[in-house]
Amino acid sequence: MTASLDEIFSKFEGKEEELIPVLQSVQHAHGYLSKETMFAIAKFTRVPESRVYGVATFYAQFRFTPIGENHVMVCRGTACHVRGAPRLLEEIENQLDIKEGETTKDGKYSLETVACIGCCGLAPCIMVNNKVEAKLTPKKAAELFKKEK
Amino acid sequence: MSFNEIRQRAIKKWEDLQQGKKPLILVGTATCGRSAGAMEVLDALRKVIKNHNVDCDIIEVGCIGMCYAEPLVYISKPESPSILYGEITAGKVEELVKGDILNNKPLCDYALGTVGDKVLDGIPKLFETPVMKPQVRRVLKRCGFIDPTDIDHYIANSGYSGLEKALKLKPEQIIEEMKDSGLRGRGGAGFPAWRKWQFCRDAKGEQKYIVCNADEGDPGAYMNRSLLESDPHSILEGMIIAGYAIGATRGYIYCRAEYPLALERLHLAIKQAKEYGIIGNKVLNSDFNFQMKIKEGAGAFVCGEETALIASIEGERGMPRPRPPFPAISGLWQKPTIINNVETLSSVSHILQNSASWFTEYGSEKSKGTKTFALVGKVKRAGLVEVPLGITLKEMIYDIGGGVLDDKKLKAVQTGGPSGGSIPANMIDIEVDYDSLNQVGTIMGSGGMVVMDEDNCMVDVARFFLDFTQKESCGKCVPCRLGTKQMLEVLDKITEGKGEPQDIELLDELCEAVTKGSLCGLGQTAPNPVLTTIRYFRDEYEAHINDKKCLAASCKALMHFEIQPDKCIGCQLCVKACPVNVITGEKRQPQVIDQAKCVKCGMCFESCPTKIQAVKKVPGNFVEKEEG
Repeated sequence: MTASLDEIFSKFEGKEEELIPVLQSVQHAHGYLSKETMFAIAKFTRVPESRVYGVATFYAQFRFTPIGENHVMVCRGTACHVRGAPRLLEEIENQLDIKEGETTKDGKYSLETVACIGCCGLAPCIMVNNKVEAKLTPKKAAELFKKEK
Repeated sequence: MSFNEIRQRAIKKWEDLQQGKKPLILVGTATCGRSAGAMEVLDALRKVIKNHNVDCDIIEVGCIGMCYAEPLVYISKPESPSILYGEITAGKVEELVKGDILNNKPLCDYALGTVGDKVLDGIPKLFETPVMKPQVRRVLKRCGFIDPTDIDHYIANSGYSGLEKALKLKPEQIIEEMKDSGLRGRGGAGFPAWRKWQFCRDAKGEQKYIVCNADEGDPGAYMNRSLLESDPHSILEGMIIAGYAIGATRGYIYCRAEYPLALERLHLAIKQAKEYGIIGNKVLNSDFNFQMKIKEGAGAFVCGEETALIASIEGERGMPRPRPPFPAISGLWQKPTIINNVETLSSVSHILQNSASWFTEYGSEKSKGTKTFALVGKVKRAGLVEVPLGITLKEMIYDIGGGVLDDKKLKAVQTGGPSGGSIPANMIDIEVDYDSLNQVGTIMGSGGMVVMDEDNCMVDVARFFLDFTQKESCGKCVPCRLGTKQMLEVLDKITEGKGEPQDIELLDELCEAVTKGSLCGLGQTAPNPVLTTIRYFRDEYEAHINDKKCLAASCKALMHFEIQPDKCIGCQLCVKACPVNVITGEKRQPQVIDQAKCVKCGMCFESCPTKIQAVKKVPGNFVEKEEG
């Protein structure tokens, strides 16, 4: 069961400066920020809804549509780039038959790119549900997603 | 309990662990270790130990920096030298435990080196090996040797003794000590730390703040992540000292959400420090009160800029504002605020634990001390290193890094991330310090160092960084918002083979406008990757534009694949791999690519066995050879 909004809000005081942590907690529990939750957050923090949207859309972390069961993030940091991340992304897009930023039709996978995971020593790497897969090749990536398809 | 009693107890606990009768096994489980399978190794170790009824301690430690050899396991036994083993996968654990622990036969093949005074035949001393010898590990001293989740380990290794000393000094004396150390900000710009503190100390205000900038956003850099995960208390200690020196009673750590493990360890570290009376009212029984909070970043590179970071902590869009007023005068909630980088604050704790003169033992005239770098990209031994400032780039790449991957030719080294530039291979005798790097058009930055070889296209590298800065531009000021976009469009055009002769000049003009006209550091430095690549690799730009050739055969529109008939053995692996079925030929005969239909996906290149390497990347588009 996901935590209700009231449960999440009870951990905060409803101050303006808590807006980002509140957004983070809600997204963490619900997976994304729906129209209804955005309205509730605005009410709770007493920040106009327009500004809540303004803040939420500014940061890359927040999303407004549900994500798939498995969250795939391809690192596009410099070390990964020079060691072949673009080819890797292309191959994963091929295997899952979606583009970056999309979710598969069956809702199993969401594919995103991220600025840097910070595993540059083991580049190129991707993160699947918070677990890092390191030193990938397009071949290994194909195997990783082929079995699941 | 007094701090002295806490320390005595911690030292006793540490010594019992180190000099006990049981073997001690350390497993590096920082993020890089985990991604190489350290958690599986840990599970396997626990199982094997249980199966063989071995009495020993297993501890999770942070990262020693040798990422290329992860997962790392360190075994220390009474009466024999401690050994660091590399590339220990779960499958090798049984062999390792049986060999090293049960039969007392170290496994030389997996050993990276021994630690301590005792020596072993066949295994070098770890700190005498080429990767470690040029390094001076000070900030990283404890990383990989202490349990970052246990405050006692930190205290037993002179942790919080710097704070203890600082609280007996006057704030002015601490700033004086910082001045003597010559410590410059480790976040990139290199502003003297003491001067910033002095501004804030002198600023009027009841409430002041100290903020730790742990929003390490440079793609290709992870020094701060590793330090936060491996030795979090050293940063807390530095922050409390800084707070005392400038008169701040509140501290914020702004850490990026992409570092879940670092955040977890920071939360735990703060909890432990509170329990020991190190954070809270009456720090270490003095009259000084200090509170600390963590703020999670939400994925915006621009928040590394101090005024944008402040806006983000206040709950706003992370957009910078003009300076002055500088945050040291008017920062968080318009109160005097100091923002220091993770490594700067960790260095502060080390300087106070030792002394300013200890700090200046290493470094060059204007750049004192040591600096951590993430040495990554096309280098054999990628990892986190700490070197004295003034070391040459050559030593870093060839001695520590072991040279270029697959012995290819070095092309360039990129420092300073999207704000820095590329240094060409013929300049690698340059000394690594703030001023020398500035002179050649790049910056030291926070410590990202990406090695590039002959297969990397420098125009593509410039395009890559502009793609990044253009996406991360907050959009507040016009030169950055539109200028980076225009630059990216020109670079896209060039890499797609549609470049025109006037494009280089156009880029130069745009660079000048964006540098001079942008509001914050993000825009002001965004042109650096373009400027340095034009300066040092103009031939590559010209080849793209005039000859329609990517000399590195990396840009898809300006290269093609060929199968070399003299090398191809006709195994037809490429035929099976080709997604568009355009490779044909008889079995055991050389294969041919139908260039007109080839989509240049590179599957044939990747599928060709490494021993054969018959598929070749060729610069320029395919041109049919004239018959006869």
